[in-house]
Amino acid sequence: MAKTIEEINEKIKKGNAVILTAEEIISYAQENGIKKTAQDIDVVTTATFSPMCSTGAFLNFGHSDPPIRMTKVWLNDVPAYAGLAAVDAYIGATELSETEGMSYGGAYVIEDLIAGKNIRLHATAYPTDCYPRREINTYINKDTINQAYLFNPRNVYQNYSVATNSSSKTIYTYMGKLLPNLGNATYSSAGQLSPMLNDPYYRTIGIGTKIFFGGGIGFVAWQGTQHNPEVERLPNGIPVGGAGTLALIGDLKQMSTEFIKAATFTGYGVTMFVGVGIPIPVIDEEMVEYLKVKDEDIYVNIYDYSVQRRNRPCYGRVNYKELRSGKIIIHKKEVPTGSISSYPKAREIAQILKEWILKGSFTLTQPVANLPTQGAIKPLNIVSEDEL
Amino acid sequence: MPTERLLLNFPSKIVKKPIVYRIVKDFDLEFNILRAEITSDLEGKMLLEIKGPKVKIEECKAYLGKEGVEIKEADKGIILDKEACVNCGLCVSLCITKALYLKEDSYKVDFDKDKCILCGLCLNCCPVNAIKSKI
Repeated sequence: MAKTIEEINEKIKKGNAVILTAEEIISYAQENGIKKTAQDIDVVTTATFSPMCSTGAFLNFGHSDPPIRMTKVWLNDVPAYAGLAAVDAYIGATELSETEGMSYGGAYVIEDLIAGKNIRLHATAYPTDCYPRREINTYINKDTINQAYLFNPRNVYQNYSVATNSSSKTIYTYMGKLLPNLGNATYSSAGQLSPMLNDPYYRTIGIGTKIFFGGGIGFVAWQGTQHNPEVERLPNGIPVGGAGTLALIGDLKQMSTEFIKAATFTGYGVTMFVGVGIPIPVIDEEMVEYLKVKDEDIYVNIYDYSVQRRNRPCYGRVNYKELRSGKIIIHKKEVPTGSISSYPKAREIAQILKEWILKGSFTLTQPVANLPTQGAIKPLNIVSEDEL
Repeated sequence: MPTERLLLNFPSKIVKKPIVYRIVKDFDLEFNILRAEITSDLEGKMLLEIKGPKVKIEECKAYLGKEGVEIKEADKGIILDKEACVNCGLCVSLCITKALYLKEDSYKVDFDKDKCILCGLCLNCCPVNAIKSKI
């Protein structure tokens, strides 16, 4: 028996929709079977809280008097891109402070803005007849800035990799500090709670899908950068590496630093933990087949990050249950594991989203368009113009 | 039997003196050297666990002080700031003694100071700077 989004929304409005988190549905489906689960459950909430470098915010500062056509912009000494209209700028999470280096950057500016702190704005310009001002020094905060919205070109990676280090020295990567001689291994996915692993073929998540984004409400804007749906998949639909991604958009002013947080990986740089929750409507029995996925069904490849090449050597495949146990075996050696994605935070977000839907304050959306299910990622080759 | 963990600093002028040997010889204490190093400025640093009657431990500490050894309380060395921690769990993979660990079921990060040997491997790994050192 298939259900439409409209039917599910009617139940949400009447207060009789049944919602489970992506963790809770695992045992429910096991006990009640696919058919009954599809009948009983209306929505499953999924979530993730992971560092994502492809994070940033569009800002519109409002106009000064006399006005300025900002050419170069700094927020707390962090450069923002201003090659847009007069007072528009984009602050990227990984941009470093020109005075403090890796200890402060774009992600910290975004977090400070969300926290309501005052931010120092410095901008320079060439004067024009309509924008005479050459320079501006002022302060802004969340309440005074005209507009601020997060726009993440890439988020919610559908699976990723396990990182380890076979070299003889410690390396510092975006997957964290990796000790020599396979001293540890790190991974980054909410596994069984992860949105795109619960809808592996993007049957319900699409462009326009309404989501929990950093504590507020956001939307899926597009497929994310490096969206790569043709990665090798297991029979259950789970891609073994980083596959689908989402571009997300949402009002920064609604967000909370509980669910979006700046981070620094020593020796690598600044990035940002972003909390995302996505509701998945249980439209049919096929959806339950995907939603009942559990950590031991989700496999991921182990890569050696000490090899500084585009394609790194692969040391085998493990599942998230093994990773979450605290140790895996690589080359017959017991290797301690650590996550860089917070499972407790993902749990909290899935629970909050469930409560929003139960209260009737959050209804589901039909995608405006589907995400591509075909297409492979292209590399950047170094060529002369003649070779292209 | 009481156990104490001491973080000892041997100034360079006494670094060659057989001091730890006295702990067993004169005070009959059981000891375990958890970590020891000579720094580049020729000071000795040692994390020492001693076990024995309380009165003997105190006598031993007085002796160490008299010899010029600086004593710090080891259990205040590493601090996990749970307010700042986002519970990702990255640090857990770097902790060789499992002093930093994930709690069962909740998967939240916790810190067992009695297991910490102050190796410092965790110090520059936390993305939100929730692991701090007081040493």
